[in-house]
Amino acid sequence: MSILVDERTRLLVQGITGREGSFHTEQAIAYGTKVVAGVVPGQGGRTHLGVPVFDTVEQAVRDTEANASVIYVPARFATDAILEAIDAALPLIICITEGIPVTDMVLIKRSLEGKPSRLIGPNCPGVISPGKCKIGIMPGHIHLPGHVGVISRSGTLTYELVWQLTQLGIGQSTCVGIGGDPIIGTSFIDGLRLFEADPETHAIAMIGEIGGTAEEQAAAFVQAHLTKPVVGYIAGQTAPPGRRMGHAGAIISGGQGTAATKMAAMQAAGIQVCRSPADLGRAVAAVIDSGAAKGGER
Amino acid sequence: MKIHEYQAKTVLAAYGIPVPRGEVASTAHDVRAIAERLGGRVVVKAQIHAGGRGKGGGVKLAGSPAEAERVGAQILGMTLVTPQTGPEGRLVRKVLVEEAQDVARELYVSVTVDRQRERAVMIASEAGGVDIEEVAAQNPEKIRQEWIDPLLGLRPFQARRLAYALHLTQEQQSQAVRLMQELYRTFLENDCALAEVNPLIVTRQGQLLALDAKLELDDNGLFRHPELQKLRDPDEENPFEVEASKYHLNYIKLDGNVGCIVNGAGLAMATMDIIKLAGAEPANFLDVGGGASAEMVENAFRILLMDPKVSAVFINIFGGILRCDVFAQGVVHAVTQVDVQLPIVVRMEGTNVETGRELLRQSGLNFMVASDMQDAAEKLVAALHSSGEGRT
Repeated sequence: MSILVDERTRLLVQGITGREGSFHTEQAIAYGTKVVAGVVPGQGGRTHLGVPVFDTVEQAVRDTEANASVIYVPARFATDAILEAIDAALPLIICITEGIPVTDMVLIKRSLEGKPSRLIGPNCPGVISPGKCKIGIMPGHIHLPGHVGVISRSGTLTYELVWQLTQLGIGQSTCVGIGGDPIIGTSFIDGLRLFEADPETHAIAMIGEIGGTAEEQAAAFVQAHLTKPVVGYIAGQTAPPGRRMGHAGAIISGGQGTAATKMAAMQAAGIQVCRSPADLGRAVAAVIDSGAAKGGER
Repeated sequence: MKIHEYQAKTVLAAYGIPVPRGEVASTAHDVRAIAERLGGRVVVKAQIHAGGRGKGGGVKLAGSPAEAERVGAQILGMTLVTPQTGPEGRLVRKVLVEEAQDVARELYVSVTVDRQRERAVMIASEAGGVDIEEVAAQNPEKIRQEWIDPLLGLRPFQARRLAYALHLTQEQQSQAVRLMQELYRTFLENDCALAEVNPLIVTRQGQLLALDAKLELDDNGLFRHPELQKLRDPDEENPFEVEASKYHLNYIKLDGNVGCIVNGAGLAMATMDIIKLAGAEPANFLDVGGGASAEMVENAFRILLMDPKVSAVFINIFGGILRCDVFAQGVVHAVTQVDVQLPIVVRMEGTNVETGRELLRQSGLNFMVASDMQDAAEKLVAALHSSGEGRT
């Protein structure tokens, strides 16, 4: 098994004809992802990369039974694209687009209340269950099917960890990029809950970064609810306060969101915290070898 | 994006929020002329993008136009050091000259986004005129918050609850409710990250007035507001960062001596961390983006070399969809074009990495090719030591 996406995923691509949309759709199809529809307003009826294109998400879902959507449209159209996917009751919506205003995300989160949709992102690399389904901009070939669940706010830093794991012969069940914005669809806690329930995930690697308190909340959740071992890292231990480090959400403000606080909370929760990103792969290998579930010590 | 107080007050005034009468000046002569127009008794306030200006001597009262001119001459051109500027301070190029007010009470009101609750929150406090984080730490009972449902907006009952917490008179309460609703509109319609009035004063005449105001704009929302984009003041930004933004490079100047070129924000932060762990200090954060084209790398080198402190360069690239061989060609081209003389440690990983490393080794240029991040950090520190730029 795996979480969120697998061989049953039927993908719809919003913005399939754009440069990013085209490139990553080709890559996804080559990886074996079932891409069943594209949506571009005004281009319904044509075929792109062998995929039928529709004017609306509603129509695409009706005709193709798509059960997941990925969004590649530019920021100024992305909010509407997400709201359209929520309206069509798609179970999974993955938004790659960077640059959505935070007040729009407030509105989107409100619109998700009581709806069956789960949003991943925005400003994220996507989700991959190696060997089964790849949705997003991550390079497929660095992954290896296996039993480590990866969840992260970052893109290339996640690839870095995945590559370290793959080179050690350690495969991944699913890798989820939750995104670098201050407000995101799916939190660490949501992802951790899914990994805990997935029998094929045996250990979890979690990559956080400065800004906000999501890692502290996740640490409390790990302590209370997880039996599987968790390895963690926080990027930005050397970041100065008050500066946004690339990601809209990566900012230490009012003394909140420092790496030190997050690392301390994670350590206190029994998470194996690495100070150096170079040690992540080996740390995961160590928890797997020792076979020690987090709760084993208690 | 930050904007100046005088700009923020113009925005607030457009929403009907009362602000003191005033004008901005960049010469002492103009300060005097404005003071004359305002009737003589004025406050002269340095306009820089940092708080705590009063503490550093950047806000002064003047009893007459002549005194305003003297005070203006003192403040304009000074390097103002406040708790928020850092020790290097900021050059004051403009002042806001405002009618002086008789202050009866100092209150606080702001709107920002609560990341945890994923809602906008309005915060009000009786303890205005000081840093709200201090109040939160020392007198949390003096802070009242209302979270705003984006579909409902700030409802009058919520604004009333905030106003009651400020212990105002009946007349002031209705003023406060209107002001709060307009402040939320300002926040929303201008895509703010923060809209803060501190202090919100009650004058001796019993009127509410935004004596100081701060608006921070959400960079992601700026595309909707061409008029607000014009309020950017490059003089308030680091000159290297201004230069980098011209090339669409995500660059932040730091104090160390190791220049970094990285693809991806998370990996860029991780690279800074590993440099520090190895005993050196990063000179910058720099994310050239997932694609990292040759042109981006060339521009990145130009920016790094503007900083005289940089004595070595660390390139850390994860080539996923971007192939390492293509990237290596870009690096060789960039280093040749820009004529980089400093030691360069390159750590690449991912697709076609062997070919990429070989291209670097055969280039005849000053590259140290590292096998992984740890190795790269060690090579860097060694290079710094041998060039006499050891531990900082």
